[in-house]
Amino acid sequence: MSARMRAVVLALLAVAAVATTAGAAIASTPPDAGGDLVLAQGGETVRGVLRDGEGEPVPDVAISVATPDGEVVGETATDADGAWEVGLPAPGDYVVTLDAETLPEGVDLRDADRNPLEVTVRSAQNRTLIFALGEGAGGSRFLNSFLAQAVSGLRFGLIIAITAIGLSLIFGTTGLVNFAHGELVALGAIIAFFFNAPASVGGFGLTLILAGLIATVLSAAAGGAIELGLWRPLRKRRTGLIQMLVISIGLALLLRNALQVWFGGGSRPYYDYTIQQSLVFGPIRITPRDLIVMALATIVLVGVATMLQRTRIGKAMRAVSDNRDLAESSGIDVQRVILIIWVIGGGLAGFGGVLAGVVENVSYLMGFRLLLLMFAGVILGGLGTAYGAMFGSIVVGLITELSTLWFSTELKYVWALGVLILILLVRPQGLLGRAERIG
Amino acid sequence: MDVDFTRVLVDGLRTGLGPVAAVYALAAIGLNVHYGYTGLLNFGQVGFMLVGAYGMGIAVSIHSLPLWLGIILGMLAAVALALLLGFPTLRLRADYLAICTIAAAEILRFVFRSSPMAEVTGGAFGIPSQVGGSGFSSGFYRLNPIPEGAYGIGPVMFSHTRLWMMLVAWLLVALAVVLVWALMRSPWGRVIKSIREDEDAARALGKNVFAYKMQSLVLGGVLGGVAGIVLVMNQGAMTPDQFLPQLTFFAYTVLLLGGAATVVGPVLGSILFWFILQAMDSLLRQTGFGSAALGAVRLAFVGLILILLMAFRPQGLLGNKQEMMLDA
Repeated sequence: MSARMRAVVLALLAVAAVATTAGAAIASTPPDAGGDLVLAQGGETVRGVLRDGEGEPVPDVAISVATPDGEVVGETATDADGAWEVGLPAPGDYVVTLDAETLPEGVDLRDADRNPLEVTVRSAQNRTLIFALGEGAGGSRFLNSFLAQAVSGLRFGLIIAITAIGLSLIFGTTGLVNFAHGELVALGAIIAFFFNAPASVGGFGLTLILAGLIATVLSAAAGGAIELGLWRPLRKRRTGLIQMLVISIGLALLLRNALQVWFGGGSRPYYDYTIQQSLVFGPIRITPRDLIVMALATIVLVGVATMLQRTRIGKAMRAVSDNRDLAESSGIDVQRVILIIWVIGGGLAGFGGVLAGVVENVSYLMGFRLLLLMFAGVILGGLGTAYGAMFGSIVVGLITELSTLWFSTELKYVWALGVLILILLVRPQGLLGRAERIG
Repeated sequence: MDVDFTRVLVDGLRTGLGPVAAVYALAAIGLNVHYGYTGLLNFGQVGFMLVGAYGMGIAVSIHSLPLWLGIILGMLAAVALALLLGFPTLRLRADYLAICTIAAAEILRFVFRSSPMAEVTGGAFGIPSQVGGSGFSSGFYRLNPIPEGAYGIGPVMFSHTRLWMMLVAWLLVALAVVLVWALMRSPWGRVIKSIREDEDAARALGKNVFAYKMQSLVLGGVLGGVAGIVLVMNQGAMTPDQFLPQLTFFAYTVLLLGGAATVVGPVLGSILFWFILQAMDSLLRQTGFGSAALGAVRLAFVGLILILLMAFRPQGLLGNKQEMMLDA
């Protein structure tokens, strides 16, 4: 195995170790102290049992013990049961090294930083050490962590989808690329925070469910107010789309920092549903809170889709989004439809903000962090379509979380944004969009 | 409550004439080439500043190359980014280009601050001033010919090191202004402006629109890269998280305040922008306004300027309204 491959596998196993606590418990089962080994009794020893990811013993692995100055005090190899023990000359600090070269094919240290181990041995102590081993990729551990990441990716994608519908429909009906959409998300989350917070923090102490409902309604009102107070007058004055785009950036800066003055710069959780016991469904572990977030998000998305598909106003929205002039000439009140889209879009953004706040924390920056991912989802699915926004956002959520299986968590947004650029390169109308000239 | 208006004025002037204003003038001149003259809605100018600064910093601080070579490498990094960004995105409509460029700048910031890249870029801590002996800026200050002391008129005083920084920064701004002025009255500039007005018409006249757009992106990007180099030279250190998207938004505000598609608009805009911002800061501080919220108020104020400018005077102070009737 090349060093590069090994690094990848190790990184993967490190993620797996975090993701699947159950699996890790098996692999690092401490060997039962004492027992069959007849070795230096009375004095100090270090010892342990090496088992691979399946719990099978690993024989013939070289282990050496040295003082911190590098003077070797003992060497051994694991026996057929994977057990090893090294007698020590005196209590004190020792460095125990496992020779990774002697590990059999397909077995690696799960955490390369934990080799060598530095230990302190007290007088007459038989100190048990654990070298956690795992096997190469392809084992059930990978599947487990894959499922865990897929669930959190789906959860994230559903939240992005809820917030992105408004963004996509606003673009479809008015051509506006609304950089201030993320601020509606943060607004919803922060309103809910203050309705949820106890009176001592300056809130109303409502349950989160009620607070979330109020926040959704108020965000919807804010969306409508922004349309009536800013965008409609600007459209009347025939302001160019590029100018409106820049104005939306100004609006985003204004709102975001107003929110910071109001909420403060830190990030805080809601007061309800913070600590919960996970439910276990086979290999998947999920808290009831996350399950409800995902269920609510799915219900809302299905509701929006039904509304768009079945109701008069939904059909009018799709018609205006499809071809504004044609819709107008067939008697649809376009200005009214746009207002309703802003109200619905604002409400959905606020609702998504509450869900995001439940899953993670509330901060004034959360909307801006989501914004580029919303754009990625919307463009991936096809700008201007509601279904495309849903589909694309879920894909973006999955890409974001699944990438952590192979790559650094710090880079997880990079893959989503990379997909955004890639899709513009090969299929600019998006996966579900109809081909039209955009260049 | 006593408010010392002389101090407000002095604080404003010191920042309005300081190196940071010159940095934003440079970045805005670059944006002017993109947006003002070519109609390219580049919202990733901060990405060019980042690669310029890091290209120089990595070369000088980590690989101990001479400063002049580092600066050239920083500019080359900006050229490389422009080419890399331009090939997939320049064919896109303006709004798509805006999303794409802002995403690219954020990708760069995420990658440069990530720990797998820490060996190359210094990770989230960036390149502190003491790396590589006394840091990348020591070579620059060694060249300072100004005798030690403080210089200035009345209460507006600058130390000799700051004056040297300002001198070089504003000299670069002047060079950029002359370059843009000369280019925009050349045949090349006329083609660039015709692309902004009507891309199809330019294409119909046999111009290779893509190539011209790319040249414009490279030119403005290099100016952004130089702005990034001056920015970190002034600080003596760099971190990836100082290259946030709002830097680009600031540069746009500067450009739109002075007037897009004018030669000296970005320079006037930057001086005025920083004067207003710092004077407002100074005023708020003296009236005992909570300093914790000051940064947020300042940013909110920039947002407000941006909205009002774009809504009521998109041509800025010096611009011509006819030239700024862009549409997607």
